[in-house]
Amino acid sequence: MSDVFQRRLKRRQRTSRIFELVCLLSTWFGLVVLVVLLTGLMLKATGTWDPTATGAAKATENWLTPTLLTNHMSSDPERAGMVASIWGTCWLILLTALLSVPVGLGAAVYLEEYAHENWLTRFIRLNIANLAGVPSIVFGILGLTAFVRMFGFFGDPTAIGVPLGIGMLKIPLPFGKSLLSGAFTLSLLILPIVIIASQEALRAVPQSIRHASLAIGATKWQTIWHQVLPASLPGVMTGVILALSRAIGETAPIIVVGAASYIRFNPGNIERMSELVTKADGLLLVPSSQYTVMPLQIYNWVLNSPDPEFKNVASAAIVVLLVILLLMNGIAVYIRNHFSKRLDW
Amino acid sequence: MKGQRHSLAAKASGRRFWESSIEFSLFSCALVSVLTTAAIIFVLFSEAIFGLGGSVAFFQEVSLWHFLTDTKWAPQYGEGEFGILPLLVGTMWVTGIAALIGIPFGLATAVYLSEYASPRTRRIIKPLLEILAGIPTVVYGYFALVFITPLVIEPFAKFFGIPVDTFNAVSAGLVVGIMIIPMVSSLSEDVLRAVPRGLREAGYALGSTRFDVSVKVVIPAALSGILASFLLAISRALGETMAVNIAGGVRPTLTANPFEQICTMTSNIVAMAGSDAPAGSVQYQSIYAVALSLFAITFAMNVLSQFILNKYREVYQ
Amino acid sequence: MELRTFDNLIAQRKEEPETKPESEKQEAKSPAANPIKVETRNLDFFYGPLQALFGISMAMPEKSVTALIGPSGCGKSTYLRTLNRMNDIVEGTRIHGEVMVDSEDIYSSQVDVVELRKKVGMVFQKSNPFPKSIFDNIAFGPRIGGQRNKKELEEIVVRSLKQAALWDEVKDRLHSSALAMSGGQQQRLCIARTLATNPEVILMDEPASALDPASTSRIEDLIFELKKNYTIIIVTHNMQQAARVSDFTAFFYQGRLIEFGTTRDLFTTPKEKQTEDYITGRFG
Repeated sequence: MSDVFQRRLKRRQRTSRIFELVCLLSTWFGLVVLVVLLTGLMLKATGTWDPTATGAAKATENWLTPTLLTNHMSSDPERAGMVASIWGTCWLILLTALLSVPVGLGAAVYLEEYAHENWLTRFIRLNIANLAGVPSIVFGILGLTAFVRMFGFFGDPTAIGVPLGIGMLKIPLPFGKSLLSGAFTLSLLILPIVIIASQEALRAVPQSIRHASLAIGATKWQTIWHQVLPASLPGVMTGVILALSRAIGETAPIIVVGAASYIRFNPGNIERMSELVTKADGLLLVPSSQYTVMPLQIYNWVLNSPDPEFKNVASAAIVVLLVILLLMNGIAVYIRNHFSKRLDW
Repeated sequence: MKGQRHSLAAKASGRRFWESSIEFSLFSCALVSVLTTAAIIFVLFSEAIFGLGGSVAFFQEVSLWHFLTDTKWAPQYGEGEFGILPLLVGTMWVTGIAALIGIPFGLATAVYLSEYASPRTRRIIKPLLEILAGIPTVVYGYFALVFITPLVIEPFAKFFGIPVDTFNAVSAGLVVGIMIIPMVSSLSEDVLRAVPRGLREAGYALGSTRFDVSVKVVIPAALSGILASFLLAISRALGETMAVNIAGGVRPTLTANPFEQICTMTSNIVAMAGSDAPAGSVQYQSIYAVALSLFAITFAMNVLSQFILNKYREVYQ
Repeated sequence: MELRTFDNLIAQRKEEPETKPESEKQEAKSPAANPIKVETRNLDFFYGPLQALFGISMAMPEKSVTALIGPSGCGKSTYLRTLNRMNDIVEGTRIHGEVMVDSEDIYSSQVDVVELRKKVGMVFQKSNPFPKSIFDNIAFGPRIGGQRNKKELEEIVVRSLKQAALWDEVKDRLHSSALAMSGGQQQRLCIARTLATNPEVILMDEPASALDPASTSRIEDLIFELKKNYTIIIVTHNMQQAARVSDFTAFFYQGRLIEFGTTRDLFTTPKEKQTEDYITGRFG
């Protein structure tokens, strides 16, 4: 009998080991794909080795050049650059952050600090979770209707002026295919992510801090403003950066709300960093300006360019985009690790 | 102190007003998310069904019956043919292939991370998988079109003598499957880890191997949560747009051959939005009908999985 | 035998004032004669459908220390938290009866909770400094109270730290993080933080239960010092501690006030059998 048991045990242990191996290989599968994807792109972008090139020549030229970052669009792949899309992405993300962070953080503070446990709160929570699962293209449709066209409410395009310190900020109505439409659309898209991440950051602040502050005679808002928010800041920032890096990669809604495909100028015609200071009238034009973004530029190079060389330009542009995303993720991880150590209660 | 009645009531009213206006502003922020959902539903319904705001509603021009049963999607052709079946079939091909890849690999990864991996390994692998999830979908599309189709799919199909389109459902489905691996694995891992230690220990105490405990104890205990994570991942695959648009193409074909070019619902919306169809025309309005269908399907799946997950959390808390 | 030990402890305390100046001695002698500072009448308290306190009536004189003792879950912490309305932040709680501070009903609709909590400060079981500098921890209360003058803020911080017997230990690192302090120091910082808002009553919820014996005795010394100027109500698990620091003791059991009297009477000649069982450790 013990002999039978021994044999069975061996078999069961073998099954167990095979199962572990299968799980381990599956885990590796995702990581291997990641490595293959990144090296493949890198090799193609630098022209080191192109497995898809026809003929004997497997090496082409290096597409990852400084002119890619400084030149505008061109029909010549050698001279084509993505500068307009880099500026477009920066402006779009800045505006998106300005719109989504206050609202998202505010919503999170309400849900974590104020909301009573009732049907309305449960409904809002459920709604946020569901909104996070709505396909991004649907947000594009919403943006197209509510921001680009504004339901056709304004028969003829008009504009209102908002006086700012440096001049008059013109806001077109409806927003049309401007940065404003894109920023509003992306803000709604990442709002659930910002809310959920901020809620987690707020929840990580120990209750004892709130009690201490209230017991001293601070009001609820003073407690939140002076104690809870500063303590949750690293977590909130990490979440916001991750949400924004998601927004950078979004293409589908941006296509629908009409980022222009071929565009040879930067928003507000601001071509240099220094012009951010010197060109006040340009700054005021930015929100109503047409734009393109990096992923859209890549999309157009991949699909809508007659010269197949543009696929190589696209691979170089992808490397630029991934480097930016990697940097943002790195910053987020750094903030999370650095501050979570310091604020270990 | 004595005689100083109501000393505790000082300065109260101004502060109360300030505090409640702050609470109201924060509440408004929370309402934005609800309004967004409401706006999505309003936009889709009004443009597709009711025709508010001056434009013609899609379903006033095309009957629901035709929309659901016609086998052709050719909005630009003559009067236009608006049968959603080819788009649905294209979507099903991509989603099905993605699920075939993403679900087993994702679940096995989750089992490895929750049952086998040391905390150290987990700390290294999880951020790497997050990177996989953070790569923009355009990049996946590029990867599929430029690497997977010519280097993997074509040699494979050639071996069996099957012709392959440059744009095809298999390559699109493959990359979407890779994209949802991190989603399945992280959601399922959370669910697996929520299974109480006691259950596992009971399994080991009875002389079970890790395989027995994982497959016969932990996974069954977490089954509903795992299913919910599958649902969420499938709904994500259904809504995926750019990778599918780049790798799968935009030709609506009612096909049984996944090596052919297809067009998904999402891909069609992108194509129509970029086309020169005049705003307000029935061709243009068709994107609302397609978007409404897409929204309805994914919304139902999301609500269902949320419901299952909430039930699951109640069990293990 | 236990009883005698307590008796000795109290006796030791009573002797101490002998070595102190005349004015202090008088204060320490007869807190029972002081006017009533905090009083509850027929106080019932509910967590949702669950009643946690049943008809608690007791009155605590000014400039005295009252200890609340009893087994865990007896309602002593809940009672303490009704005195500065900290229970308000727990959802679904209700209260019947009256809580009076300086003869003013603190649950009346005209009362501003914020003003109440400035007057009735609180120190918690687990020290909970803000993740900020020592200085900012103490200055927080005065700052939100509208104190902007830098010099006055500094004075308040120094005074509070000295009162909390912490000044000598931290005077060179006021601007370093409070989280770097030891547990005992953190708890004294929390006391200093409470003192900075000029409270009249200080509630302490097992302030020394998480501390080592040396830190505990420092906190007890501090309580003894503070009662010259403040009314202190302290929840404690530790009966020796109650005997050492308090003038009055209240014994709570299952949400009811079983006995309330001077600490000496309660520990030496308890009127109720439950009290006697509890303080002698014969509790079932």
